[in-house]
Formats: sequence, structure tokens, C-alpha cells
Amino acid sequence: MNSTTVETNKMHTENGIFYPSNVMLDLKDLKKVYPTPKGDYVVLEDLNLQIMKEEFVTIIGHSGCGKTTMLSMIAGLNPISGGNIAVMGNPVKGPGPDRGVIFQSPSLMPWMSALENVLLGVNQVFPHATKAQRKDIAMYYLHKVGLDGSFNKKATELSQGMQQRVGIARAFAIKPKVLLLDEPFGMLDSLTRGELQDILIEIWNKEKITAVMITHDVDEAIFLADRVVMMTSGPKAKIGDVLNIDFERPRTRKSVLQHQDYYKYRKHLIDFLEH
Amino acid sequence: MEQEIILQKESDKLSFLKPIASFLKSKFEKAKVLKSLKKTGITLVSILLFLGLWHLGSKALYNKEAAYKIEKALNEQGQEAADAEKACIASGDSSCQPNTLPSPTQVWASFQSLIADHKLINAKKEAFATKMAATNAKLVAQGKDAIVYTGRASFVDTILTSIKTVFAGFLLALLIAVPIGIIIGLSPSLRSAFNWFIQIFKPVSPVVWYLLVFMIVKTLYIGASSDNAFVISFISVGLCAMWATLVNTAMGVSSVDKDYINVAKVLKLGTFQKVFKVILPSSLPLIFTGLRITLSVAWMVLIAIELLAQSPGLGLFVWEEFQNGANDSNSKIIVAMFVIGIIGFLLDRLMLMVQQMVSFNKNEGI
Repeated sequence: MNSTTVETNKMHTENGIFYPSNVMLDLKDLKKVYPTPKGDYVVLEDLNLQIMKEEFVTIIGHSGCGKTTMLSMIAGLNPISGGNIAVMGNPVKGPGPDRGVIFQSPSLMPWMSALENVLLGVNQVFPHATKAQRKDIAMYYLHKVGLDGSFNKKATELSQGMQQRVGIARAFAIKPKVLLLDEPFGMLDSLTRGELQDILIEIWNKEKITAVMITHDVDEAIFLADRVVMMTSGPKAKIGDVLNIDFERPRTRKSVLQHQDYYKYRKHLIDFLEH
Repeated sequence: MEQEIILQKESDKLSFLKPIASFLKSKFEKAKVLKSLKKTGITLVSILLFLGLWHLGSKALYNKEAAYKIEKALNEQGQEAADAEKACIASGDSSCQPNTLPSPTQVWASFQSLIADHKLINAKKEAFATKMAATNAKLVAQGKDAIVYTGRASFVDTILTSIKTVFAGFLLALLIAVPIGIIIGLSPSLRSAFNWFIQIFKPVSPVVWYLLVFMIVKTLYIGASSDNAFVISFISVGLCAMWATLVNTAMGVSSVDKDYINVAKVLKLGTFQKVFKVILPSSLPLIFTGLRITLSVAWMVLIAIELLAQSPGLGLFVWEEFQNGANDSNSKIIVAMFVIGIIGFLLDRLMLMVQQMVSFNKNEGI
């Protein structure tokens, strides 16, 4: 199984995409152990994954396989039990604004307006900018996610989908090196989900921030990603397979669905998940 | 022509009324009117039922007490005395009335007499003030204290004293419990250090708190001329009532939604920012729930504490009336009971309003 990962990397080398300096995120022999009364429970073991600059990677796998654990370890919210994670060669020692996170629930501060929620991060990352400049940044991203009329609405007054839009704006506005998305659209209905995928990919096309996104949705995984990483079921989960998605960017949903390889990719992913 | 103009005017008048009419129509739709009428109706019926039961109950108790009195007179002094007693009770003479639960009408009469008494005392105070104005001005000019009215406090004065005491106690509880709650909420080790303290002192009775405060304040006030009853009672009230706020604040601060904490961590907010922008706002609803409980507990224990501290509030009023044993004492006690209940209810509504104002989730906290 490990050889697949290596092969993928080689392929990138052949395409001239892979250089050591091009690695944004490097997960090496990553291990996560939760101690339980019945002994240690090994969630992840020997997990190796390299993610390139400006790459969009989606991760799929069965529930409880440790995808979220892996993502929260990259975010620095969950301590590493073994191996290491490096962002541009610097080992991860804790959370920080170089890794923006979009959580599954929008996690907005309900007592703040949409603008204040975005500003909370912006103020932190650009302390030397003037107040007006910071406000401009926040408003720019809120505009990008289509929330022009809702700057001053309290988070509780927004629908779930609108709240997640603010979550997206908040994450992009702090200009992270890596964007970590933990099933951000999992709680939304399929129509809203499609809208938000379009918004996400539109901003991403412009900003080209390296993105790692967990999803349960095979179509979402294909539509958004350059590579789909498949994780084996836990315990001791690792990378099972990696699939390159060679659609051109910028993509539209229609062109992706009509592409001759689409059903080949889809079958590959579903075959993996069903075995 | 003239006719037409008049008609025009008429319809103008009507059109002026139209919006009001439609407003009233929308406001008082049939279903709504019926519903609110039903609600008020049920409340009114239950109040009447309550008064009726009370009246019957007090009448039964009155008769029992009267029968006992006559029986006693008969057994101890013979038939003549019993007849005299019976006649005395029937005449309504205050010297021989049975002493028991007063009826609603008696309570209402007492309420009116208390108000009349308040007006009387107020008049006396004013008279005193005008009489002493010149003397007091002289005294103040000489650098001495002015002479103040030291007569009996009226019922309204006792209510005001009680409210003053409860707010002072509430403020003290707030100033002690909220900061400590925040600090121990933030630090798990401090929380466990404080835990035994909270668990042990929380269930202590108001009477014991009063005694403790009395021991300390009495010593501190040695030699001081001013009256320390107010100080003792408000400190005791505060100490009794602060626990709900302390526990709720600590709980609110320590149980902030993990998502918010994660956001704060990812954004690397400093400690100050984290506390004031994330933790405190998110625990405000729980803090105010605690404060609401604190205020109602404060009002409840106040009566007992005023009684002990001889602070001239409602508690002392009730106790003195009980000791007094006058003919209308019992009904005055019942008046005080209603006043205590109504003020407690209003205080709770006040806190509920504040609580809903600070709560970001409007459905919370009822």
C-alpha cells in the first residue's frame, strides 16, 4: 500500500511538479495512539503523505477511520504520538494561523456579527494594518462568499449555509499557507452544498492556497481535488490509495460530469470504499 | 353642492379612522381575543377560588378558636362567664377576639391601615423637618451633625430598607462570585483547590452565615457609633446568596464550546483576547442565570437575616408583629407575606429581562 504513495510522488516527479521545495505539507510515519483502560488504541500508524504547494487534496475513508484525527493533528489541535508533520519544513508544534481551519460546524461566535467574526482572525494576523485596511480585508472575503448584505447580522441570524460561508471567509481572510477543511459541507443539504462547493473552488482558484479537505462525498472529492487520498479503515489506519484527478482547472461542475474519465474515477473510489 | 361637500367631509373623517380600525382589527382578531379572554378569565377564577377557600378556611379556624374560648370559660368560670365571652366575641370587641388565621377582608383592612399609618408617619417627618430646619442649619454651620427623625419606621420604609439591603447584598455577591468564578473556571487546578470550599460552605444555613458575619463585624465596629445592623444583614445576604453565581460562572467559563476554543487556538488569540472575546461572552448567559438565582435566594434569606440582625426591614416587621400579638398583627403578617412575594416576583422578572438582553440565543434561559 505504501508503494502506491511513493509511485504517485514519482509520477509527479516525472511530470516535473514534484521538487522537495515544492512540498507544503509533509506527514512522515505519523502515529496516533489513544490510551484506553483496555490498553492503547492505535488510530493511525505509518501514515505517510506529502502535499504540494497549491495542491487541493481531498481525503475520503470510512467514518471513524481517523481522518479528522489526522486533520486536527495537522492543525496542531491534537498532539502527535509518533512521527512528524512539517509545514514547509517546519515541524508543527501547535495550532497557528498559518493553517486555517474550516470546521464541520461553522463555529462562529454567536454574539458577534459576520464581520466581527472574520475580523477576529484578521486583527490577529495583520496587527500592523490600520483598522480600515483590516475591515476592507474582512469585507472583501465576505463579498467573495456572497454575503454582501449580511455584514452586520449576528451569526445566529444566519442560516447554516450562510454561517459556513462566513467560516470560509474567515479561513481565507487570514491568508493561511494551508487550508484544512473538516467535512465543511457535511451538515448542509445537497443544494446548499453544491453552492458552497462552487464558492469554495472559485476563491481557491484565485488564492491557490494548499488545501486538505475531508469529505464523505465521492463526487465532492472528485470535483474539488487534484488528488484524492483514500484512507484504510481503522484501527491503524494509513493511506490506502491515491488517485490523481487530471481535470483541467478552472473546472465547472458540468464539464467535470461530462468528462470521459469521471465515471472511471468514481468507480475507482467506490471500489476502494466497498472493499 | 353643499350636500356633496358635507358628504365629502364625512368620508374624510371615516378615512382618518380607517387605519386605526384595521389596526384594531388585526390586533384583536376574534381568535386572539377569545384566547386572551380565556387566559385572564382562568386567572381571575383561580384568584377568586383562592380567596374563597382562604375565607372559608379562616372562618372555620375562627369558629373553632371561638368555640374553644367559650368552652374554656364555661369549664373554668361557669355558665355566666361563658355567656359573657360569647357576647363579647359576637360584639366584635377587640379584647376577646379569637387569635387565628385572618380572613382576606381583615388583611385588606390591615393593608389600608398600614398605608394610612405610612402617610401619618410621613406627615410627622415633614413636620419634624420644618420644625428642626433652623436648628439643623445652625448645627451644620457649627460643624455638628444635624438632628434626624428617629421615630418609628412605616411599613413602606421597611420595604425600602429591605430592597436596599437585598441590592447591597446582591452587589456584594456579584463582586465576589463573578471574578472568583471566572478565575477558577479558567484554571482546573484552582477549581479543584476551591471545590471543597464551595461544597462545604454552599449548604450552610443563612442563620449560621449571619452569626459568622456578626462575630466579625461586631469586633470590627467596636467603638463605632453607627448602627451596624444594615452592614451585617447585607453581608450575610451576599454570602448566602453568592454560591449560585460562583458555581454557574465557574461552570460557564470552564465549559465553553470546544469549537470556540479551537477557533481561538487556530487564530492564536492571546490570553486577554481569548478571555474577553471568546470565553466571557460565551459564558455570559450562564453567569446571568446564576445571578438570577442569587437575587431570588438573597430576597428569600433576607427576611430571616433581618429578623436576626434587627435591621428595620420586612423581616423585622414580621417578627415584631408576631411578638406584638395585637389584634391585627396576624393580618399585618399576611400583608407582609404578599408584599414579599410580589417584590420577589418582580425582582425575578427584572433579572429575566436582563438575562434575555445579554443572551445571544434568545430562546435560552426561561
